[in-house]
Amino acid sequence: MKKKWWKILTVLLLTYSILGAFLFDVPRLAILNETIRNLHFHVTMWFGMIILLTVSVIYSLRYLRSNNMRLDHYAVEFANAGVLFGVLGIATGAVWANYSWGEPWSGDPKQNSAAIALLIYLAYLVLRNSLEDSQQRAKISSVYNVFAFAALIPLLFILPRMTDSSLHPGNGGNPGFNSYDLDSRLRVVFYPAIIAWTLLGVWMVSLRVRYKNLKMKWDD
Amino acid sequence: MMRRTLLFTLIQKEFLSEWRQKYALNGMLLYLASTVFVCYMSFNLKAGAIQPVTWNALFWIIILFTAVNAVAKSFIQASEGRMLYYYSIARPEDIILSKIIYYTLLLLALTLVGFLLYSLVMGNPVEDVLFFVLVVVLGAIGLASALTMVSGIASKAPNSHTLVAVLSFPVMLPLLLVIIKSAKYAIDGLDRSTYTDQIFVLLAINAIIVAVSYLLFPYIWRS
Repeated sequence: MKKKWWKILTVLLLTYSILGAFLFDVPRLAILNETIRNLHFHVTMWFGMIILLTVSVIYSLRYLRSNNMRLDHYAVEFANAGVLFGVLGIATGAVWANYSWGEPWSGDPKQNSAAIALLIYLAYLVLRNSLEDSQQRAKISSVYNVFAFAALIPLLFILPRMTDSSLHPGNGGNPGFNSYDLDSRLRVVFYPAIIAWTLLGVWMVSLRVRYKNLKMKWDD
Repeated sequence: MMRRTLLFTLIQKEFLSEWRQKYALNGMLLYLASTVFVCYMSFNLKAGAIQPVTWNALFWIIILFTAVNAVAKSFIQASEGRMLYYYSIARPEDIILSKIIYYTLLLLALTLVGFLLYSLVMGNPVEDVLFFVLVVVLGAIGLASALTMVSGIASKAPNSHTLVAVLSFPVMLPLLLVIIKSAKYAIDGLDRSTYTDQIFVLLAINAIIVAVSYLLFPYIWRS
């Protein structure tokens, strides 16, 4: 029971946030209208992705310091889950953009950065697959993970804020969504939704890591 | 041996080994010249007839591919035995720094030659040449250091030439975006104060890449 409480919490929070996202009252905003409900799916995916990828880099750093293969399993599985969230984030974003901006892909700086971020992590996975020796694979790909993450920070957090042309809120002279359209009716669903989806990611990671650890033991 | 002299010796060694294999250097120059000429012929235009936006983008794409070809060989080319020898005499930090400095200088030379050739056939719309050259210098540092590190990573894997491109393009894209943007401002000859912050971002990205390479390289060197 001790280890299960957070899984129960995940299920409860997920149920609450999905029901809340579809059924709760939302503020009426020009252009956005009911599509604001996508906030609870699209934006939470990005929060989840950033959190999972950051954790992945932390595990890569810990691996480099200790050479413990289990830490590398965590690093790669967190990266895998982050990529999955990233793909879902792009897909939900494209649906939203189709309704609010008129086309699924409008070359928005944040859309482009998201696509590049996915390319970086797909390259990381390709690199892993091309290395045969497991110790070497862990080491080399950890180095690339940290290196790529360092390149990702300016891409995700600095460059989009320097352009004035983004359609997303929170860029250039455009105030962040906190100030004008994220009111308390959205917050009661939005924050639990971030926690719920991230926990779901962690759950998937823990299952995959358990499988990998068992497999490693079996192979030995 | 003193740290600084060791670093200097390593850079000198890079220059010497490049000079002994002149065919590689000539090959790179010829690659650059042919690419410029292919672009010129494909657009089938008289000099100066191309839009500055296209001129700029095309120029940096040519430089990007030249850089990948020039720097990719930095670790891939060296033989196992020679790597082992360096491993025994030098610290990995010195090796990566010497490689970054050497490839920055090489890429800088290639970029400037490319700029001359390119403006010769495609025309030169650059208004603020001084700042354009500044962007070229900063861009060469960033591209060379990112590529050196990635080539070090890729050299451990089979079919590393493809891997260099796959691994380095997404990493270099943010850098390239800032470069292209600042270069465009210099081409348009905007007031310099309007884009000094872009130059600072470029400097900051370069600093991140060099610092991270310096810290991480010892780990791949040991394996």
